[in-house]
Amino acid sequence: MSGKFQNPTQDPLLLRIFLSLVAIGFVALFLVLPLLIVFKEALADGLGKAFAAIIEPDALSAVKLSLLAAGIAVPLNTVFGISAAWAVAKHDFSGKTILVTLIDLPFSVSPVVSGLIYVLVFGLQGWFGSYLLDHDIHILFALPGIVLATIFVTFPFVARELIPLMVDQGRDEEEAAISLGASGFSTFCRVTLPNIKWGLLYAVLLCNARALGEFGAVSVVSGHIRGQTNTMPLHVELLYNNYDYVGAFAVAALLALLALLTLVFKTILEWRYADELAAMHRH
Amino acid sequence: MKRILSLLAAAAIFATTSAQAADITLLNASYDPTRELYKDLGDGFAAQWKAKTGDTVTLNTSNGGSGAQARAVIDGLQADIVTLALAADIDAIAKTAKLLPDDWQKKLPEASVPYTSTIVFLVRKGNPWKIKDWPDLVKPGIQVVTPNPKTSGGARWAYLAAWAYAEKAPGGNAGKAKEYVANLYHHVPVLDSGARGSTITFTKRGIGDVLLSWENEAQLALKESPGQYDVIYPSRSILAEPPVALVDKNVDRHKTRAVAEAFLNYLYTPEAQLIEAKDFYRPRDPVAAAKYKSQFPNIPLATVESDFGGWEKAQSTHFADGGVFDQIYQPGK
Repeated sequence: MSGKFQNPTQDPLLLRIFLSLVAIGFVALFLVLPLLIVFKEALADGLGKAFAAIIEPDALSAVKLSLLAAGIAVPLNTVFGISAAWAVAKHDFSGKTILVTLIDLPFSVSPVVSGLIYVLVFGLQGWFGSYLLDHDIHILFALPGIVLATIFVTFPFVARELIPLMVDQGRDEEEAAISLGASGFSTFCRVTLPNIKWGLLYAVLLCNARALGEFGAVSVVSGHIRGQTNTMPLHVELLYNNYDYVGAFAVAALLALLALLTLVFKTILEWRYADELAAMHRH
Repeated sequence: MKRILSLLAAAAIFATTSAQAADITLLNASYDPTRELYKDLGDGFAAQWKAKTGDTVTLNTSNGGSGAQARAVIDGLQADIVTLALAADIDAIAKTAKLLPDDWQKKLPEASVPYTSTIVFLVRKGNPWKIKDWPDLVKPGIQVVTPNPKTSGGARWAYLAAWAYAEKAPGGNAGKAKEYVANLYHHVPVLDSGARGSTITFTKRGIGDVLLSWENEAQLALKESPGQYDVIYPSRSILAEPPVALVDKNVDRHKTRAVAEAFLNYLYTPEAQLIEAKDFYRPRDPVAAAKYKSQFPNIPLATVESDFGGWEKAQSTHFADGGVFDQIYQPGK
């Protein structure tokens, strides 16, 4: 030992520097650099060209479609996620483990398979295909199919975030509220919801980011109709294959910006409510 | 869940009834390299139709590998017309989903093929590997880029072109052809699902020494990146015939039969033939053909009808499950 005092729970300085450099280098090489290249390619022909690629009608329709699909899928999954977490954490019932396992299913199934499931159910050769067609209801290759596929892949985000949190918090506060005469609904609104609000917001942000970015499942059910059923990620692919690299990277940059915005929002939340969040993320 | 479904259904109905009578939209399910072609043809037709009827026609397109597009229409993609890479894919729609009659190919002139193409080689500038003809593709170390014949129409034409060359070469026969094609696919590092995917793999990602490509796709790549590639015409290739057809059941449901038929007939007009030639598809019209003569070198071409006994036979012999392609190609070997 060198005569110097060394905190026994701390690694040597050199090791700490080395590990930090590895981590930073890795992040820079595999995350920051590619992201920078996306923006560089988008601006290769100037800001005007990139902007033109984003406000072009097909691109705008892709942006609208993505926002609409996320706008429907995220609230539905939020409601579902809270109900599922509430049921799992605060109640005992048989089949609970099966429910928890099922919630995880979309994480383990490849998105392409999730898309194909809907083709098998709603496709013309599928179970409901001819019935839907006879009644002029379009699910596959239209907005409802895209929304369903998005819901499927983003289904676990909210529930997965809330279940451990709510299990951790236990039932004591709710039981106290009920025993003091509060109704189930007001117990939920005034006790449970305030306890989970930051975790919920965090989960919704993640869910939203994934909903906007989903490619595989949506690709299967979209039909790839230019200006109609192409979401932003699909539009990026289309432009790239059309030799329109500036356009492809401009839309990709917009998508990345939306994701970064989510990240910034999340960081502000964490910074502003650091203590509360730390208390919630013990698990 | 019921409520969600009914909400979604309501959204769907809203989305489909918002179109006005004077604003007609047609959906064209097409194969991969026709993105630029059908944009130009859609614009040309819309101008003509507007002058004639006052209605505005918008041609929406969906592009992808020819087989994948046929599959989407079978699964319910509401295409009014299909413009695919080869007849077998439209046959599949007729047989599996019964959306159009089995004799669809008789409904339009030239067996429903308004323009043709062929398969050529795209190599890097200056042709560093001196690739001149089919035997050069299987020299040691050469990497060939071509899409997957299971999903791509262009890939099936390329496969048949290679087969026809080897079978017709001096001393050639079916056994030699199988051997040559098997050897050829051993030189393929990656099979993309569509023709455009392969072009991007070759041009943008820089993989491979030679791209087996539609003539129109190779010429377009040349135009997009001047001075980077050369097109090589082999000593013989194949007459690629991409057909078009009306999807009867869909146009009747959308009440778009008249305009969809008019569009398909428009493809044969002198005006459209000039657009097709300009976009590097070989026109049927003699005037357009004469004007763009230098763009389409005359080489001997095999045909599916005379050399392979028609698409139905070619499809079942070579590309069906367990067919010749499955026998010769094992990924990773």
